Amino acid sequence: MVAPGWYMALAAALFLVGALGLLIRRNALVMFMCIELMLNAVNLTLVAAGRALNDINGQVAVFFILVVAAAEVVVGLAIIVSIFRLRSTASVDELSEMKG
Amino acid sequence: MTDLAIDLLWLVILLPLAGALFLHFVGQRLPEPMAGLLASAAIGLSFLVGLVGAFPFFQGDGEATTILLWSWMPAIGANLELLWDPLSALMTLIVTGVGFLIHVFAIGYMHGDERFGRFFVNLNLFAASMLTLVLAGNYAMLFLGWELVGLCSYLLIGFWFTRDSAAGAAKKAFVVNRIGDFGMMVALMLVFAAFGTLSYAGIFDRAGEVLTTGVATAIGLLFLLAAAGKSAQIPLYVWLPDAMEGPTPVSALIHAATMVTAGVYLVARSAAIFELSPTAQVTVATIGAATALWAASIAIAQYDIKKVLAYSTISQLGYMFMAVGATAYVAGIFHLMTHAFFKALLFLGAGSVIHAMSDEQDMRKMGGLLSKMPVTGVTMGIATLAIAGVPPLAGFWSKDEILGSLFARGGWYGVLWVVGLLTAAMTAFYMTRQWVMVFWGEPRWSEDAHPHESPGMMTLPLIALAALTVVGGFVNTPFRFTLEHFLEPVFEGVSMQHPPEGWGMFALMAGISVFAGLVGLAAAGLAYRRPMEDWAEFEQGLQPVWGWWEQAYRVDDFYNVTVVQPGKKAAEAAAFSVDLPVIDGAVNGVGRLARGIGERVRVLQTGQVRNYAALLFAGAIALVVWLAVTGA
Repeated sequence: MVAPGWYMALAAALFLVGALGLLIRRNALVMFMCIELMLNAVNLTLVAAGRALNDINGQVAVFFILVVAAAEVVVGLAIIVSIFRLRSTASVDELSEMKG
Repeated sequence: MTDLAIDLLWLVILLPLAGALFLHFVGQRLPEPMAGLLASAAIGLSFLVGLVGAFPFFQGDGEATTILLWSWMPAIGANLELLWDPLSALMTLIVTGVGFLIHVFAIGYMHGDERFGRFFVNLNLFAASMLTLVLAGNYAMLFLGWELVGLCSYLLIGFWFTRDSAAGAAKKAFVVNRIGDFGMMVALMLVFAAFGTLSYAGIFDRAGEVLTTGVATAIGLLFLLAAAGKSAQIPLYVWLPDAMEGPTPVSALIHAATMVTAGVYLVARSAAIFELSPTAQVTVATIGAATALWAASIAIAQYDIKKVLAYSTISQLGYMFMAVGATAYVAGIFHLMTHAFFKALLFLGAGSVIHAMSDEQDMRKMGGLLSKMPVTGVTMGIATLAIAGVPPLAGFWSKDEILGSLFARGGWYGVLWVVGLLTAAMTAFYMTRQWVMVFWGEPRWSEDAHPHESPGMMTLPLIALAALTVVGGFVNTPFRFTLEHFLEPVFEGVSMQHPPEGWGMFALMAGISVFAGLVGLAAAGLAYRRPMEDWAEFEQGLQPVWGWWEQAYRVDDFYNVTVVQPGKKAAEAAAFSVDLPVIDGAVNGVGRLARGIGERVRVLQTGQVRNYAALLFAGAIALVVWLAVTGA
């Protein structure tokens, strides 16, 4: 059996990739994928820890996150598609109407 | 049938209330007489329900019943409940009966007014409020009605609110009444503190064991303050003469027949409390006597036809207070009833005259109207004789019973009896003066006035009220004390003052008071049947007293200097030293603070999503670092 530490390391790496991608990329669609990556990195830590500690709660939490993430994707993608239709671009830097 | 009427007693209040609501939401668009007819029908039906419900009391086998409509605050005895006993039945019949006649009169009087429908909304609302007051089964509901009639009075005095004087009079009535209401509220707090309930049932039976003389006196005097506001007694009577700014049917209904008698009703209803405090009794009677004399003297020198009647009403209310103060409750309620008849008649007659003279109210510009408007003249003449105490009209019997009771009680009340007699003579004088000035002598109106008799819609109520004025007194005569027996169950357990026993005493009492009345009547008749120059000279001969009377002792000026102006100054001082800097300052300060913070933090909101992400990320890292360092 693979030691839990490896799972954690992999999850951390995935999370970092997602976080950096979110900060660096401008395309809304890519940023969205980065968020999904971060979510799944967290899922990985939860199942790994759940299994190592022999606690079913880790897997239960993952299901919750999956469901919520699915819902979020539906809404988020719909918004992105409609923005794209409106402006023919998905660059978040050009969407700054909410500046205070 | 009767049981059904008692079960349906809430209809007495609901019918006029429904009339008001219907006319308010639907009826404003009805063609003119419809609104008035509907309103009259509502209160007429209310009268019929009350009449049927009162049958057992007429037969002498009725039991006082309390009808619980809705448990509102049972813990403090404040429910919507009706007390149906002879006193509330009698008050209900007066309010709805006289009210109905005045409603009918108003259909003619308000003809052509552009807010015709609105007038009847208010009139019906007033009737519902007044019935709430008299039918209440506890002090909380009485207070509800008490405030509502005050509101309706305000609305109706200011009915022609585009006139500054009407708007001001309405405001004055409201503010002066608030002073009385303060007394009412404190009195009710004392009652509640002593009894733990506001329900009549829990108060009157136990008053003797619960209240000490001191507390009973305090409650009694505070009730008197409340009554002085509502019933226009010294020192709070000043609003009533101004209230004549309202349409004349309003003056007849609210400021003569019903609302202003609420104070008398309050004292009579609370007889069990006044029973315990001779001090409160004597104060009520003395205030009443002082008011009666004071207002009668002012009435003598008024030229406005309605002002005479206004001061006359104040004076007659003083009579009622003398009676209830001397514990002659039946006499007080009796006079309340007869006064409702003849004073409503006088006001409606005055309204008919004003109507005929195209809104002229100055009696110096009238005269000789009897041939032009015989019905108004004769009916008003009957009312004048009644209020002057000429037998066998209604006013004679009730006034005589009050004076007899005062005499029989003796002591200080004997002094009040003399005051009452003096007032009776003055009453006869000013009422005769009014009638002669308006209907007798040479015509003094200008060429373009075309006085004419009012239409049947207006004269029929006059005739009905005149009939009541003639026969109304026979309900309680020494030959047959019908009203006395009728009201007896209400005042069971409290001591009551009666006129002296025996026919000899009755003849003596009646002789003295009739003599006083005839003296006033004859004096005024002789003085005012002459041409205007002569009686004007007579009036000038009474200077400077006449001037004081004419200007109502300048009490308004006195109040203006001592109360109104200081009050306004205090309000202004509070507005500029407390309200603006402190209260407004605090509220505006909070607003400014929020705006200042907003100005500073708005730079964080760049609109750039990646900025937010970076901040979020930095926050997460900071959190992790913090957890690692503190080791939590």
